[in-house]
Amino acid sequence: MTNQIIPSVKRRQIIELAESGKRMDGRSLTDLRKVEIKTNIVEKAEGSATVKFGDTYVIAGVKFEIGEPFPDTPNEGVMSVSAEFVPLASPGFETGPPDENAIELARVVDRGLRESKLLDTSKLCLIPGKKVWIAWVDIFILDHCGNLIDASSLASLCALLTSKLPKAEVVGDEVKVLDEYVPVPLRAIPINVTLAKIGDKLFVDPSLEEEEVMDCRLSVAFALDDQKQEKICAMQKGGVGTLSFEELLRAVEIAKVKSQELRKLLPSGEK
Amino acid sequence: MDKKLITEDGRRLDGRRFDELRPIKFQIGVLKNADGSAYVEWGRTKILVGVFGPRESHPKHLAMPDRCLIRARYHMAPFSVEERKSPAPSRREIELSKVIREALEPAIFVELFPRTTIDIFAEVLQADGSTRCAAISTAALALADAGIPMRDLVSSVAVAKVDGSLVLDVMDAEDKLGDSDMPLAMMPSKNLVTLIQMDGLLTHEEFVKSVELAKKGCMEVYAKQKEALDSHFRIASKEEV
Repeated sequence: MTNQIIPSVKRRQIIELAESGKRMDGRSLTDLRKVEIKTNIVEKAEGSATVKFGDTYVIAGVKFEIGEPFPDTPNEGVMSVSAEFVPLASPGFETGPPDENAIELARVVDRGLRESKLLDTSKLCLIPGKKVWIAWVDIFILDHCGNLIDASSLASLCALLTSKLPKAEVVGDEVKVLDEYVPVPLRAIPINVTLAKIGDKLFVDPSLEEEEVMDCRLSVAFALDDQKQEKICAMQKGGVGTLSFEELLRAVEIAKVKSQELRKLLPSGEK
Repeated sequence: MDKKLITEDGRRLDGRRFDELRPIKFQIGVLKNADGSAYVEWGRTKILVGVFGPRESHPKHLAMPDRCLIRARYHMAPFSVEERKSPAPSRREIELSKVIREALEPAIFVELFPRTTIDIFAEVLQADGSTRCAAISTAALALADAGIPMRDLVSSVAVAKVDGSLVLDVMDAEDKLGDSDMPLAMMPSKNLVTLIQMDGLLTHEEFVKSVELAKKGCMEVYAKQKEALDSHFRIASKEEV
């Protein structure tokens, strides 16, 4: 059982500092940590990216595989997002199947990518009802220093943005994969921003020590639709605390501004 | 999308208006073994919730010295959906169990029962949309039935965008064919949000409107919850005399 005293002392310290708009690591309440993105770091993957938010370090890889479509969408490819909290990332992570936190993380990232309609799955169909491309997006947490949702969302996004799809020829019922690649059919790009609520303050891009004492968090993903209008595409509250309606709306406003800031960091002129 | 979800006179597939809930019938105290229980028929969604505890924590190392541990399990019966669902917990059910626990926990005075556990089990017998919202609202009644001190009930409802308009209390067809789905849970007399999730595309204005509509829906669910508690315990107290 973790010690309950240290977090409550730290919580008070964090709240007191926040009264004057400051944070333990010197940031203001709305500052992101330094974000670093590197792409194409695993040659054997069709796409890959590492993302750092401060010391939080995440890698995502994309593999394309031919498989069967879902029965209710026979003409569409499939995207599947999974997350692994590997034990080297935190003393608190253990080996074993993904726990509820890893599952929630993967599903929140998945929702952002899916609802923005980033991947044009209609173009991933090879033989309707029989063979389609499956895009496997796998997230590995390498160093857990807070805000895994935003780091993982950005890593998955950058891995997909820079991935290449193997060219395939369909001859009758056979699919022949060629040694050539085509760009992945992509559309609107989702950007996720998470805020933690501690006391009555909202903290953008929470650090681990802030997450440990937070009441709850809110993650909001934004994407541009076909008319280039900015829309909310996914949202998730986590943690056992509550939000007032005023805090909820304020958090969404702040997240929107921060998402525009993150969007500018995307590789090779993507927006 | 071939199917029209809203007819020309503004009615939905089951005849409801945009801001109308489905018929909701809560029953309290429906199980003998559980410390508290409740059942709901929410349109065609049918959910049974049982609460055990506060009871000794198992395994023991889970016990917390200053508060009680809350666990929740949301589970769908294999026969609750069109195509049989494997009874093993899916990733969706694991995520929903987590957000349901986080939606209910703020209402419970956990500090009153150190070293113990409260287990909340929600079994979805038939799923027809908004199952997490129905499970949360019903679980709040089961917790109350177990006599667990609470700050407030938790009431929940989902708002969707279908055919371009926002509708209250999403049913299955609207969830599958609609453009967005936003479940929200709140403690109504505290006016605090305990769960919000969203998927689909909404403008900022649509989001603000969705939240308002969800709040109105939660207040209506709250009235039905109070009514159910009132009639259950009024009958119970008469029987004692």
